[in-house]
Amino acid sequence: MIETDKLCKYYGDFVAIEDITFSVKKGEILGFLGPNAAGKTTTMRILTGYLPPSSGTARVAGYDVIDHSLEARRRIGYMPETVPLYTDMTVYDYLNFYGALRGIDRKRKEKRINTVMGLCHLRDYADTLIGKLSKGFRQRVGLAQAILHEPDVLILDEPTIGIDPRQVVETRQLIKSFGGEHTVVLSSHILPEVSMICERVVIINEGRIVAIDRPENLSERLRGSERIQLDVRGPAAEVASRLRQVKGVLEVSWEKADGNFRFVVDARLGRDLREELAGVIVHQGWGLLGLQGLGMTLEDIFLQLTTKEEV
Amino acid sequence: MRNVVAMAGKELRTYFASPVAYIVAAVFLLITGYFFTLGVINDQEATVRHFLTPGSFVLLLLSPALTMRLLAEEQKMGTLELLLTSPIRDWEVVAGKFMASLVILAAMLGLTIYYPILLYWFGNPDFGPIASGYLGLFLVGAAFLSAGLFTSSLTGNQVVAWVLGAGIVLLLWVIGGATQVVGGLFGEVIDYLSLPDHFRDFTLGVINTTDVVYFLSFMAVAFFLTIRSLETRRWR
Ligand SMILES: Nc1ncnc2c1ncn2[C@@H]1O[C@H](COP(=O)(O)OP(=O)(O)O)[C@@H](O)[C@H]1O
Ligand SMILES: [Mg+2]
Repeated sequence: MIETDKLCKYYGDFVAIEDITFSVKKGEILGFLGPNAAGKTTTMRILTGYLPPSSGTARVAGYDVIDHSLEARRRIGYMPETVPLYTDMTVYDYLNFYGALRGIDRKRKEKRINTVMGLCHLRDYADTLIGKLSKGFRQRVGLAQAILHEPDVLILDEPTIGIDPRQVVETRQLIKSFGGEHTVVLSSHILPEVSMICERVVIINEGRIVAIDRPENLSERLRGSERIQLDVRGPAAEVASRLRQVKGVLEVSWEKADGNFRFVVDARLGRDLREELAGVIVHQGWGLLGLQGLGMTLEDIFLQLTTKEEV
Repeated sequence: MRNVVAMAGKELRTYFASPVAYIVAAVFLLITGYFFTLGVINDQEATVRHFLTPGSFVLLLLSPALTMRLLAEEQKMGTLELLLTSPIRDWEVVAGKFMASLVILAAMLGLTIYYPILLYWFGNPDFGPIASGYLGLFLVGAAFLSAGLFTSSLTGNQVVAWVLGAGIVLLLWVIGGATQVVGGLFGEVIDYLSLPDHFRDFTLGVINTTDVVYFLSFMAVAFFLTIRSLETRRWR
């Protein structure tokens, strides 16, 4: 549904994105994950036909975004990053205006406006001026506008930024429900969000793609180590040095916790060291108060990826 | 075409929801009414001529106030991004916005229709000069609007858009004076560009094709430049 080939964008001499190549299948939800200034917005603006790429090509629903811009644009629903809206229009008028631009005929338009206002919980605000709405509600209006014409492709730039936590949960569920029917590309710098909503993740940093995979595969692939957390009563430095002697242990760090010490052990993959570590502690006569395996979160992976890229 | 109408409708709604159009119309009526009354009393003549020239100058100042928001605000608020990524062509955006401003201009001129009605009531005015005068005023106002829309596309700042818009047409308003020092072909070009000379005959009841063509080409050039300006905005 979306294919890009070696997209590059320069602002003057500055390279905003470089060699961005990826594709999205029909009905898939793809996450664009990266820190600030990674190039997420730039990529989305190219996909939506707002910015031309400096080089490379992008196709949406089979249409080149430059050569057949209008055809591509017809098939896209877009929510730009800061959700720009006409603040002097009412919610209904706003949706009605975009419905007209999207070429929805009058009868279906009214139905659709009603439907999306229901989906986005906007029914009570149809006649409210957008300027009077809170950030969270404006986000909903932006989303309602984006799905109004039932586009093949939905492009959402940081759809949950700046709204309160309860609405975040709602919005994520809503976006997730768009998958299957719509092809969704969303950008985010929030890792749990992407792993929760998306089937595939493109990790982008400083304008380049660092990795593309399913969230679970990413953690699998990149899990170079495993973490184990131990709560121990005993001399911290000595405990740490004993733990380091255990085969397979890569690193040990500790901090004070409730009068005892909490150790975090990074261990090589493949062997479960929990028993061995516990044995060492008990054998030395120290008090083992707790032991827990910590899986790697996507967040760690992400940090790893970006730091690797920086080197 | 449907997009143009949708765009124009959206802008008209905004015009009627904000005080700008009402204030512009009020000021226009006040000043033209003043000149009309003054002229009729002084000359004891049943003619609208007295308010046409001052009226055109008032339009010079007020037209860019009607258009300054149209594209500058979209840029400032970021709404242009969504507009230009929806399936509407750049020219449709410009045409829709221009049309909305023309409707306001026409409504404003329509509100002055009581001047000729008064004349018919109390006297026996010539119909010709009244019709040509209104046509001239509409054309000159439309030209000002097109220039104002163009300058609104250049910036995200409405004040800058107004100053540039009024500045461009003011320059064309006074440029005729330069023919006294510039001769030859260049002088002729300046003479052609001079705006008041193309307006004058309308006030005297004469409709010249060259004058109509002048205003229409003025608008065409401004329209074209506005579209180009929107395009280059994408390519920056
Ligand atoms: N119009 C522009 N002119 C110059 N630099 C820009 C422009 N837009 C974005 N950039 C730069 O390009 C980089 C990528 O920006 P962006 O795509 O907005 O990143 P993200 O959305 O991931 O935060 C940033 O360093 C940003 O400063
Ligand atoms: Mg961004």
